[in-house]
Amino acid sequence: MKILVCMKQVPQKDAPLKLNETGAWIREDVSYEVNEPDAYALEEALRQKEKHTGEVVVITSGPARSQQVLREALAKGADRAIHLEDNAFVGLDAFNTAKAFAAAIKDEKFDLIFTGLQSDDYGYAQTGVILAELLGSPHATIIMQIEKTDSGIRVKRELEAGFFQFVDMPLPAVLTIQSGINKLRYATLIGIKQAKNKPLRKVMLAEVQSAIGENLQKIERLYVPQKTKKTEHIEGSASEIAKKLVDKLRNELRVL
Amino acid sequence: MPDTILVVVEQREGKLNRVSWETITAGQAIAAATGWTLEAAVVGASASSIAAEVAGKKVAKVYAVESPKLEPYTPDAFAAGLKQLLAASHSKLVLMPHTYQVRDFVPKLATAMGRTVISDCIGFTYENGKLVFTRQMFQGKFAADVSFASDAPWFATFQNGAFRGDKAESGASAAPIETVKVEIADGVIRNKPQEVFKEAKQAVDLTQAEIIVSVGRGIKEQKNIEIAKQLAEALGGDLAASRPICDSGWLPMDRQIGSSGQTVAPKLYLALGISGAIQHIVGMKGSRTIIAINKDSEAPIFEIADYAIVANLFDIVPPLIEEVKKAKAGS
Repeated sequence: MKILVCMKQVPQKDAPLKLNETGAWIREDVSYEVNEPDAYALEEALRQKEKHTGEVVVITSGPARSQQVLREALAKGADRAIHLEDNAFVGLDAFNTAKAFAAAIKDEKFDLIFTGLQSDDYGYAQTGVILAELLGSPHATIIMQIEKTDSGIRVKRELEAGFFQFVDMPLPAVLTIQSGINKLRYATLIGIKQAKNKPLRKVMLAEVQSAIGENLQKIERLYVPQKTKKTEHIEGSASEIAKKLVDKLRNELRVL
Repeated sequence: MPDTILVVVEQREGKLNRVSWETITAGQAIAAATGWTLEAAVVGASASSIAAEVAGKKVAKVYAVESPKLEPYTPDAFAAGLKQLLAASHSKLVLMPHTYQVRDFVPKLATAMGRTVISDCIGFTYENGKLVFTRQMFQGKFAADVSFASDAPWFATFQNGAFRGDKAESGASAAPIETVKVEIADGVIRNKPQEVFKEAKQAVDLTQAEIIVSVGRGIKEQKNIEIAKQLAEALGGDLAASRPICDSGWLPMDRQIGSSGQTVAPKLYLALGISGAIQHIVGMKGSRTIIAINKDSEAPIFEIADYAIVANLFDIVPPLIEEVKKAKAGS
């Protein structure tokens, strides 16, 4: 099976974020990490390859810093990488990001394309489904299990409130992967060494420019949300806080 | 023709998903602000009984979009069916709840029409003729005002709980229902869905719990779950967790709170080391009192907490367990 994994670099979960001077985006001098569901998508691709042989290709878009995500993926076992390298990709909406990816892989034939179910920065939860539509492939979202069948694949979709559903579908297909589908592996020292010699194709903005257009939606401004709830801070030493909390639990909330 | 808003309600196995009323409320609010006309649509093999239910609300019209191929749900059939409806209804704005099902087909539908979806919105504003949607970004650390830069139809989805479903206004009389039979050609549907099921091991029902002690990433290691368990026991409450804890196998999946787990509304929700990602918040924001302990003062959980303790949970929880035990022994 030939599998493409779409990955994204996002600010680290506990990175303190600040607005930049445009007021419509963050200051980018923060620490980054791989978008968590994308890490699970990569792991699933590696496991499928181990079971059925084939190739795992990873793709991302963004400035030079985002290459780190690809390097880590290669170290974990991906075979090659594609980097749409330009700062301009950061500002694309999901529609144009998917268009750029589709243009970058137009000469390739993948059996499966994985994305994480959503990103921790935009959180649109759309790029994978849009990519499927652009490629004319069937898709399924929020996937917790993938098995190869005679006619294609059988996937387990997570629904809400603890419900699930198996879906049979033909290949090629696009799947958005839920966190927790598997257990993540660590890169080995030998893997990190080998990654240095694996192919990484850079795609410049100019190469895909004709495929993308103006964003269909626009972030007017970004801001710290206004609090709707009155929050009382409880401060002091650990034992003081514990005493104050118990007092609240007992006399205000009446749960003790 | 006046501009129209179309709310697509969600049905599951012949029953209206209650979250749809929230979207109706949202649609009514936008209609009131813009002066546009509000319509609704039900999609399914047989949509008429749910259409009648929706027609009781203050809407101008309800479309019952029907085809035998719309049951069971597939993204291919829903996108094809709604595309046909939209070609006839000429809706300017299409609203849906941000459910897993909608997430599965609405980006496909919009893309097929060369349009876009502003997803997971929590509110809107309409000023000087411009409609702007508010959504959370960076896991709730920021809010963003987002506008459409493309032609109609515009698609937007609303986060669970963004509007009050019980505030959906009823109409003076039942709205007319228009049945739209859509044609879905053979070969359009590529996925073959099987029966929906619940995992047998889903044994724990947290929806009835009065006190919940919930752990997140801040618990750091599996062995540390023990102190949260001790606190839950001391309080006489149940132990729960955010998704990453269950993903790691530190607690079983049936103790997970959030969009993919259980939705709870206890008297007390004590969040230990939970950052408060949107997917978690939607499952617990209805709690009567929320106490959050987190060492990151900017954690989004503090936005909805009644009591905030910015501290290392490992410093606070052990003395808290002792104080709770003392209080219980003394009562």
